[in-house]
This record gives sequence, structure tokens and C-alpha cells, in this order.
Amino acid sequence: MLHIKCPHCGMRSQNEFSYGGDASVKRPELNKEISDEEWDNFVYNRKSLRGKHLELWQHLSGCRQWIKVERDTATHEIFNTYKADEEIS
Amino acid sequence: MTQKFRIENGGLINRDKKLSFKFNGKTYFGYEGDTLASALIANGVHLVGRSFKYHRPRGFFGAGVDEPYAIVQLYRNNETEPNIKATEQELFEGLEAKSVNCWPSVNFDIGAINNFLKIFLPAGFYYKTFMWPKSFWYRVYEPFIRKAAGLGVASTKHDKERYEHKYEYCDLLIAGSGPSGLASAYAAAKNGARVILAEDKPRFGGSLLTSDVNIGNQSGEDWANSIISELKEMPNVIVKNRSQVFGYYDHNMLVMSEKVSDHLPKTKKHHPKQRLWYIRAKQVLISSGSIERPLVFGNNDTPGVMLSSAAKEYLKVYGVLVGKNPLVFTNNDSGYETAIEFKKNGINPIILDSRVNPQSEIIDEAINLGIKIKFSYVVVAAQGYKKVSSADIAKISDDKKQLGTIENIKCDCICVSGFWTPTIHLASQSGNKTKFKEEIDAFVPGTSKQNETTLGAANGIFTLEETLKDSFMAGQDLSKKITNNDNKISFPNVVEKKSSQHDKFWCVPLPKGKSYKRFLDFQNDVAVSDIEIALKEGYRSIEHVKRYTTLGMATDQGKTSNLNGLQLVSDIENKVVPAVGHTTFRPPYTPISIGAIVGREVGKHSKPTRKSPMHSWHERNNAVFVDAGVWLRPRYYKQGNENLFEASKREAKNVRTNVGVCDVTTLGKIDIKGPDSAELLNRVYTNAWLKLPVGKARYGVMLREDGIVMDDGTTTRISENHYHMTTTTAQAANVLSHLEYYLQLVWPELNVNVVSTTEQWAGAAIAGPKSRKLLEKLFPNNDVSNEGLPFMGYMESELFGVKARIFRISFSGELAYEVNVESDNGQFMWEKIIELGQEFQVQPYGTEALSTLRIEMGHVAGSELDGRTISYDTSLEGLISKKKDFIGKRSLNREAFTSSDRQKIVGVVPIDKKTSIPEGSHLVKDAQAPLPNKKLGHISASCWSVEHDNPFSLAILKDGKNMIGEKLFVMSPLKNKVIPVEIVSSHYVDPKGERVRS
Ligand SMILES: [Zn+2]
Repeated sequence: MLHIKCPHCGMRSQNEFSYGGDASVKRPELNKEISDEEWDNFVYNRKSLRGKHLELWQHLSGCRQWIKVERDTATHEIFNTYKADEEIS
Repeated sequence: MTQKFRIENGGLINRDKKLSFKFNGKTYFGYEGDTLASALIANGVHLVGRSFKYHRPRGFFGAGVDEPYAIVQLYRNNETEPNIKATEQELFEGLEAKSVNCWPSVNFDIGAINNFLKIFLPAGFYYKTFMWPKSFWYRVYEPFIRKAAGLGVASTKHDKERYEHKYEYCDLLIAGSGPSGLASAYAAAKNGARVILAEDKPRFGGSLLTSDVNIGNQSGEDWANSIISELKEMPNVIVKNRSQVFGYYDHNMLVMSEKVSDHLPKTKKHHPKQRLWYIRAKQVLISSGSIERPLVFGNNDTPGVMLSSAAKEYLKVYGVLVGKNPLVFTNNDSGYETAIEFKKNGINPIILDSRVNPQSEIIDEAINLGIKIKFSYVVVAAQGYKKVSSADIAKISDDKKQLGTIENIKCDCICVSGFWTPTIHLASQSGNKTKFKEEIDAFVPGTSKQNETTLGAANGIFTLEETLKDSFMAGQDLSKKITNNDNKISFPNVVEKKSSQHDKFWCVPLPKGKSYKRFLDFQNDVAVSDIEIALKEGYRSIEHVKRYTTLGMATDQGKTSNLNGLQLVSDIENKVVPAVGHTTFRPPYTPISIGAIVGREVGKHSKPTRKSPMHSWHERNNAVFVDAGVWLRPRYYKQGNENLFEASKREAKNVRTNVGVCDVTTLGKIDIKGPDSAELLNRVYTNAWLKLPVGKARYGVMLREDGIVMDDGTTTRISENHYHMTTTTAQAANVLSHLEYYLQLVWPELNVNVVSTTEQWAGAAIAGPKSRKLLEKLFPNNDVSNEGLPFMGYMESELFGVKARIFRISFSGELAYEVNVESDNGQFMWEKIIELGQEFQVQPYGTEALSTLRIEMGHVAGSELDGRTISYDTSLEGLISKKKDFIGKRSLNREAFTSSDRQKIVGVVPIDKKTSIPEGSHLVKDAQAPLPNKKLGHISASCWSVEHDNPFSLAILKDGKNMIGEKLFVMSPLKNKVIPVEIVSSHYVDPKGERVRS
């Protein structure tokens, strides 16, 4: 079970969180004309990375905040966690 | 009965407490502190089972967790448990155990015929033989294997025992209480670190209990006891015996199984049988020691052949002799320690040492004690069937290839020592890439991956002094980093005997003309010849060899067999062992009971049960409940001898003719506040929300980004910046997360807060033509006329002094209202509705009637919004705004979603107006068409229409729009039904929707 540092609550066990997928995906703006390809990339196409991955988790059984977690998908090492609006360097 | 193999004095057992127990129906005696194994050996019982494949006689091989043979079926307090190691099971008064894997009895076993047919049972035997002919598998092979194989039977009864889970955090978790565990725990504890010290055996001390050493002028055992008693007194230390750390998971999460009551005749009141600990440790110290390696020779599985360390443990801990005429066969000094213990107890062992001319302190001691030693000698084969009676021995050439003349010597046991294998399972599970250490012919942990450190014998360090030094240091350094304390501990003086180099030789060659089985894996009956065959047949990867031969795949996970298997493969392949590599170690290290894994989450406790505030009223009024997610909801209220069908029909009919009341507390409710609330709703729902006035409700449908309908419900504008959203019971949690996702990540600029209020409100739906009359009685001070509270209207009021919200919304298709009060007042509200509704023939209705009402009205619910349908499919496309963007809108252009024959919801009525249509059935054009018969759609929900008094169903049908009036067939192979049906509108009742507005 992973140990994830919620930037709001501190270190918590994985079972308090739910996984939310790739955090680098950005939803296209509303009312903007976009191609089928762009939309498909947003809705469906995800890389299945091995290695460092920025992903979303929600602290569901805690503060209910969505957070960003930088994790190695192969080793489960967590490098850093960020608040939803935090700048990631 | 006397215990013939128990010595007069000595051992750590309590000789004042005699215990009686039964094995295979016969009564024996042992002492408190015995294991089942030690007590049986004390009584001269060496035959305990039969082997898995050949059903060869099985005795005891080890004295603990590594035991491959002595697996029994245990009976305790009217319960039975399979796969119990006799070497681990502590004796208690009244214990009963039976042999497994033998039929009809351990002494006469039919399966042993395999032993004489063994030429037919080589590696891969099961794969090769039982595959052909295919039909034989079910009729012949499988029943035979089932009868002949297995390691006991699981109980079919409900397990009445309690199992607990515990979560714990600590600075240092130390797995194993041998010298390295004690030293590191002591040093860390003195620095104030929070320490958990776990020992799988009942007694602490590990190898100190059996080795002849001296620490700080105390015997090893006394030193261990003094350290443990000091640790037990410290508030920052948890010391646990009978506790096996069996799994090392991510982020230093370890799982430990504590056998709280297995050693007692009966679990004490309020105690669990076992406790599973989830431990998150900052640092893990692995002090799991090492396991002695067998030497491989002919018939080396005969009862009486056992590890020399086990023989020593039986003697020193339990005061039990494994034989009175022992032969010790060794390739290193460890065998001498066992021989010396025998000698001290008046037994005359013979030592066969494969080495040419070894010299060390301990060998000198053995010589001085007058023990007979034969150098360059090996055991060629054990003789005897159910117990060793003699051994064929021979001199071996210096290159270990040639055997001299074979001599036969009498003996009643053969104690073998093939040097030591560090127990690296936990380190390997943590992700540590292990490395091969040439000096000890074994793998040791490599570079740490997680925060783990392996100490002592587990790390391939076999001298006490070095082990203690490393361990004190590790405990001190690691704890210092956590607590910043730096207590220096003076290092005790250590006296131990120095050992000489072990012999790399481990497998005795076969003498000319003999074909003895030489076993590697004692539980799965894998012999040297099986590995040879697998390699000849082309298997190379050690993982494949393992699976093909089943080497190391038994319940002991090859604790005594893996390394010898690897050695053999590397010898034959002419590779070095590290090039062959070892198979992956996976948790659990030892078998863990299912009960411990499940813990308290059994039966009703497997998930939470949620009840509405009106639950007790429902119970008192004969409600029959149904699980709706985690909620318990009334399905119907039974009157007299009614069944579900009759009751739900009565309840639904009463709603259509009079008035009914339904508990709708379980509906998801979300409070939405903030100046941008309307904008959020406008983006989340497919229809327009910016102009909804205060005091009005609106029905909305929300999509996922892929265009599929996610949920539906009504949302009411309570005040300027305050909305009350309802969701379906099932989707409540997902919708809240969905809203939070968009508010926190996608549109953080929206000033809105959302919070679940499902539990805050109790809800009652009042539905039926007489519902307004009832409402007038409930709220006499409010104007609830069609003008005062129109369809989709909302008002706040008081229900006899209780704050209430009234929504004029309808799920049943009738004139209907939903009243919400704060949860604590739910019961009061409900009773008032029932009381004042008497004159209007009010009746409560359950989920079954609720379904009937919505199905015949054509209102969609979860069975239509099943995660595969879009708005069009469920005839909700009228709610899609063309003017604004919303979540999922862009996906609606997809070709499949816009095709002209897209599936759509329809109504289905059987032509005979009698036959009920099973939900999930398929719709086809031609019932006689050859298979595969093309499916046009499926039945999503079925009911008995109370309005029309005939069956009615909803279906999602291809090109549903143009199918009204068509005649099709419903096919249900599951129910073996073919029903001719007519497709009708999904709005079977009140298609214009006049009633809700009346
Ligand atoms: Zn949090």
C-alpha cells in the first residue's frame, strides 16, 4: 500500500485516496472549436508510461482535495506531491 | 505411556505440566512448551504423512517454519484447520491432529503405489499425461488426483473465531529476535525510537537458544532473556512473539500475522484467534536468520533423515532425542555442534564429514569428546522404508566424483548439514536485488531499495561477534537519525568457537547400477532426475524449470530446496549460480489463514449498512428490505400472506388511485453554494440553467466527457446563490467527486462550494391523485394549490413546528411531492404522513412499486443509464442545449452517436399480454434464425403494468425510433423462454405527462 503525502493533510495511506489518471491532460476550453483528433486525445488517448508520471489523486476519505502526485509507475517511488493549483517546476 | 525419546532433564519445556493429545486417534502425552512435532518425536512417532506425488512415508525434516513434511489436519475446539505444520503448532491440552495426504491411512496408503510406478511420474508428468485424451480429465484424472492429493481439507462450516486487523506505525520494525534482532532492537530502543520486535516462534532468542556461546559472561539464552525482559518494560517498544512478518510491500508497509490463540485449547473470551498487523515502519531491520541446507543423497526423504540444526533444537529446546543411534552427515562445522549435544546426553553419534582434513576448535572438541568421525565420507543412501534403519556410506574421492566401497552401518536417524541459506525473502520482497555470495554459496541482499537493512545470518554473516557488532551499530545509527538521541552502549564480550571453511560439495553421486531417488524438494517430491529431464527437454529459464518440475512451489515455498535446485541447474548447465538466478520471492513467506486476511469484514460486516431515519417504522410495518448499494431500503410492505408480486402491485395501484408514500432518503443530495453556482450547473448539465428562478426545480442530465450519460436528477434553486442537487442513490459519491474535480482542477476560477448533504435530510415522496389533499393537511398554512405550488415548484415550510422543504417533483408520473426534513425529524414526518393520510387511503410503497411506476411511465433509471447509453438512447436528447457548451458535448458528434439507426428506448408488451419478460433478455427479429441470432436490443427493466394489468418492459433497441408497432421476439436462453412481443412507446401511461401537472 502506497504512502502518499497529501499537501493539505500529511502522510496518509493509499486507501484514503482514489486515483484520477494523468495530471498533465488539460481539458480543452469550453466553446472552443477543436479538431476530432484533439478531442480524442483529451478523452481517450493516454500514454502508459513506465517511469516518472504526474498523476491525479483525490484525498477522498480525507480533505476531498484533488492533488497531483509525481510517482514512478514502475517502482512506486513518490518524488513529490502538489496542491491542485500549485506550480510544478 | 512413557516418552521414550525424552531425556531426563533439560530443555525449555515445563515438565510440571503434562498435556495429553491425540494423533491419528491415539492418545499421547507431552509437556507445556512442546510443539506437536517435539511431542510426537518424544513418543517415538516418526511417520506423520505421505508425500504429495509418490505417497512416500514422511516424517520430520525441520523444527520450524521451514518444515516441508509434517503437515497435519488440526482439530481444536470443534473446528478443523488444514495445512498446519506440526513443527510450529504448540501443544495444548486436548489437541487432536491427523495425517493428511494419505488414504486410507498413514501406515497403509494406496497412493504409495505411485512410488513403485515412479518411472512413469517424471518431471512434467501432470502436463504430459493428464492432457490426453481430453475427456479423461473430468472422468478419470481429476477425481483421482483430488482423492489422492491435497494437504488436508478446509472446513465447510462457518468460522466462529474472530480475526482482527491492527494498524501500527513505528520507527524501526525488527523481524526476528535472534542475536541481530535483539542487539539492534536494544540499541534503537535505548535511543528512544519506537520499536516493534517480532518473533515468529513462541520463544525469543533464535539461534541463541541452541548455540553454545557466551555473551557478557552469560549464556546466549540468558543474555537473550535479559534483553527481552528489559525491552518489554520500555514504553517505546512492542515485543511480539508468535508473530510472523510475512510480507514487505510498497513504501515500507509490512504485514505481520500474530497467532494470538492458536496455542490455546480455546480462544479466550474477547480475544481474537489471530491478528493481522499492518505496520508502516520508517526503517526495517531484517534479522530473519538462516535455514540449514540439506545434503542430497539416495532416499534422503526417508523418515529419520532431518536437518542437523533441527535435531539440535529438539534436544536443546524440547529435551527430545530424534534418535538414539544417530549418524551426522555434514559438509561444515555445524554438524559437529549437533553431534556434541548428542554426546553430552550420553548418545554416541558418528560424524561423516565430506571434507578431506578440516581443522577447527569445534572439530578438536568433538575429537576430544571421543566422537567417531570419518573424513571424506558420505551417505550414499538411507535404508529403511518407514524409518531409517541403516545407511549405505562410502569414502569419496577428493574431486567428489568417485565413491569407494559401500559399507552399511546401523543408525536410526541421519542428521544432515549442507551449510546455511540466509532467509532473504523479506529483503527480496522489498525490491532488493539480491547478490550471490561465493564464500557461502548463497544469495544475500544487495543494495537496499526501500528503507531496509539486513543483519546477521540473513545477511550471510555467520559469526556471533560480527553479527552483534553490526546489529548494535545498525540499531544505534538508524535510531539516532530519527530521534537525535545518541546513547552509547558498551559492547559485550563474546565467546564463540571459530569455524572452518565449509565444503562446496552437496550432492552425492549415484553409485554404479543404482537409481536411488535423490530429492531436492521434499514437499513436492522433486528429485535430481526431474531437473535433469526438464533441462534435457530444453527448459532453461529457472522460472520455467520451477513450474515444469514444481520445484519450490509447495506450501513451504522451497525454503529447503530452492538453492540446491539452483546449484544443480548451474552444475548441469556449467554456469555459475548467479547466472542461473533465483526465482522471485513473493509474499506471504508462510501460509496465512484466510480468516486473518479477511479480519472482521465478514457477513454483515463486509460493508457498512446504511439505514434511513424511518428504518424502524419500516421494520415495525412488515417491510421486506433490499440492498440498494450500502443502503437497506423497503422493497415492499407485506400484508398477510402477500408475496412480492402481489404486494408491489397493490402498492403501485394505490399510488395510481389514491396516494402512496415512499422513503427516498437514500437519494444523493449535494448542497451547492456560491455566486457561480448557476454557471457550474450550466456546464455540468446538458440543458440550460442560467435562468432558473429561485423557488424552482429543474430536471437535468449530466454526461461524462465521452458523451455517455453519467447521472440524472433534479436540482432546485433554494435562494440566489444556493442550490440543492439530487443524484441517484448509486451515483451519489461519483457525482460529488465529479463536481469537485471540475471545481478544483478544471475551472478553479468558479466560486462555488459543494458538499454532500445526503445524510442531513430525510425524504418522503408523496405520490398519487390525492397527494395534494394530503399535503393540505400536512401544511395547512401554505398554499399548495396548483397555482401556489406548481409542477417543479419549491417552498419552505413547517411541518407542525419542524422545518421542511417541499418539492413538487415526480418520479412515479403522478401528481407528487417530495418532502424533506432534517434527518432527526424523519420518523416524525413519516408518522404524520401516515396518520393524516388515513382518510385518503395512504399506503407506504417500496422500491418494487417505485420501479413499476417509473417503468410504465417510461422514466429512465440506472438500468437504462447503464454507462453505455447517450441522451438520445434514453430519449433525453430534448434536454440538450444547442446554445451552450457542457461536459461531454463535443463527444456527441461521434459517428456512432449520430447514426440514423442508433439504439433508442422503447416499450415492450408480450402479444399474449400474460407472459412476464425476464430482464436482460435479448430482442431478435426471428426466433428460429440459426445461431448466432443477431441481437437487436435488450430488455432493461420489466414490470407488471398496474394501469394496463399486463406485463410491460423497457428495452434499448436498435433503430428504436422506427420500430414502434413492430413484432419481435424476446429470447432468454437462461430462462429458456421465447416470447413474441410488440414494440410500443416507452411512455405506456399518461404519454402527454398531464398528471404531474394536474
Ligand atoms: Zn488531504
